[in-house]
Amino acid sequence: MTDTLTPVLTDNWDADRAWTLASYEERGGYAALDKAFAMTPDDVITAVKDSGLRGRGGAGFPTGMKWGFIPQDNPRPKYLVVNADESEPGTCKDIPLMMASPHTLVEGVVVSSYAIRANTAFIYVRGEVLHVVRRLQRAVQEAYLAGHLGKNIHGSGYDLDLVVHAGAGAYICGEETALLEGLEGRRGQPRLRPPFPAVAGLYASPTVINNVESIASVPSIITNGAAWFAGMGTEKSNGFGIFSLSGHVTNPGQYEAPLGITLRQLLELAGGVREGHELKFWTPGGSSTPLLTPEHLDVPLDFESVGAAGSMLGTRALQIFDETTCVVRAVLRWTEFYKHESCGKCTPCREGTWWLAQTLARLERGQGDEGDLDLLLDQCDNILGRAFCALGDGATSPISSSIQYFRDEYLAHLTHGGCPFDPAASTAFAPAGASA
Amino acid sequence: MSLDEKTWAELREIADRYPEKRSGLLPMLHLVQSVEGRVTPEGIEACAEVLGISAAEVNGVATFYTMYKRKPVGDYHVGVCTNTLCAVMGGDLIFERLKEHLDVGNDETTADGSITLEHVECNAACDYAPVMMVNWEFMDNQTPESAVQVVDDLRAGREVHSTRGPRLCTWREAERVLAGFPDDRADEGPAAGPASLAGLAIAREQGWTAPKGESK
Repeated sequence: MTDTLTPVLTDNWDADRAWTLASYEERGGYAALDKAFAMTPDDVITAVKDSGLRGRGGAGFPTGMKWGFIPQDNPRPKYLVVNADESEPGTCKDIPLMMASPHTLVEGVVVSSYAIRANTAFIYVRGEVLHVVRRLQRAVQEAYLAGHLGKNIHGSGYDLDLVVHAGAGAYICGEETALLEGLEGRRGQPRLRPPFPAVAGLYASPTVINNVESIASVPSIITNGAAWFAGMGTEKSNGFGIFSLSGHVTNPGQYEAPLGITLRQLLELAGGVREGHELKFWTPGGSSTPLLTPEHLDVPLDFESVGAAGSMLGTRALQIFDETTCVVRAVLRWTEFYKHESCGKCTPCREGTWWLAQTLARLERGQGDEGDLDLLLDQCDNILGRAFCALGDGATSPISSSIQYFRDEYLAHLTHGGCPFDPAASTAFAPAGASA
Repeated sequence: MSLDEKTWAELREIADRYPEKRSGLLPMLHLVQSVEGRVTPEGIEACAEVLGISAAEVNGVATFYTMYKRKPVGDYHVGVCTNTLCAVMGGDLIFERLKEHLDVGNDETTADGSITLEHVECNAACDYAPVMMVNWEFMDNQTPESAVQVVDDLRAGREVHSTRGPRLCTWREAERVLAGFPDDRADEGPAAGPASLAGLAIAREQGWTAPKGESK
């Protein structure tokens, strides 16, 4: 029986000066390189395939399969790009990982680049996290000096250069093809697929783009074996992941556990919903994943089960809201975010998010009428599946799910002539026992 | 104002980090901001010349990303997260209080040029909500009172530290790091804040670990 929490990626975060090479190496860091270099690149890909690792950035695509799509007979250079543009509302796992242990990511980059036969790799980190950028820059510098990067790494004959690239503020650059545009010095607008990045990505060359946590998981798989990783989690959602609890919970934070743990278990570990209050709604994996309610407390948090419950596992960003929170206010704010972050490339998203925000804002003020709920759902229907990328789809998730579960609360705004909640009661600094 | 030789050399140095020079544009614009205090027409022209593209193309990129500013930014850029979770946890009240206290609106700078206030989107620190960023350093678990204290201390020239350790530098100094010129301050502060360690602390207490691997 696997333990309830299984620290692997977070295991060294409490070590003294965990971000330094000395601390990382003392705990066996960079040993996965020698084990990987003793294998053929194809065998490394096979190991990652056999582990069952699926992308930790939200979509859950099998990582090893993605690597296998790189056409090795293509004469152009291959590239690995790490998506460190963590910006999905509620998602806060990659930033603390890179802050505490940037070398875990760098080691993963070396093994992964070796597997796909890339000699140049990039970490595209969002610009709004200065100290994380400092730690990444230092880690890369240290890794070069120690011979973990550069020419003839560990005497293997394998060469790799790694560049830390700071973005400049654009949620859309978390979308992998928009990220490539940003990395090529352009406006971050998604590209038409196909061709997929595996065939024509960065500089029209074969490119793998993986989330920070996916790449950081690779050294542990190489060190401990594919079966070790596959032995954790559920049948189709293998391994461990970092679950991020935030909001109205007694002890918010990062909890690393096998996939399939439930919110009920996690809340118990985190001391429950803040004292004197009860769970109202939550997101399983960021604001783009449809809202869930207390009836979903026992849904196993794996890709299949959360999907069957009508949402998505996403980035395991568990935003917890208690009964003091107005769901209409919450959803309007997310909608304003999508409107702001829409890149403007496609009409359904560019126009649709503006219409959504207008219709919602009117409802939130207690204006409009019940027919506006159908109008909202119709607008969602005109965006979902019709937008160029997943941003538009994500914008509809909080709206349609909140109308599904909280229709009466929307109507209460109309009968009340505005929001019936006291926004002060939901704050972290509200007096204990404050209620809406 | 024209850019000095050192800046020109550094712009070329950034472009040379990449297999194709244009990839340097985002960090190059960060460097322009670190020197000029904003993205200036001169900075745009310089990027265009180094990369061999038109000023219009550079301008198109500079206007897409929210971290690039066209108006002068103060010594300290204060960003209050008002995305849903932080807003609900108090971000809205913090932002309102700071607007009133500093007598500025969103994306405006105080008359003394010290503080630029802006509401920002989710900054990936939701377990420390409500969050405020100063020059893109974390100020975790804020209240309206603590936020006012931070800006007052900054305006009075007192040394202020991020709640995760590092001493706050100026906005221009921060932009230089983002351009890829390290300031050698990676060692300031702890590895992780308390919320980042919440699960690990429980695992330690309970003796929970991941299973043993094949080679252990």
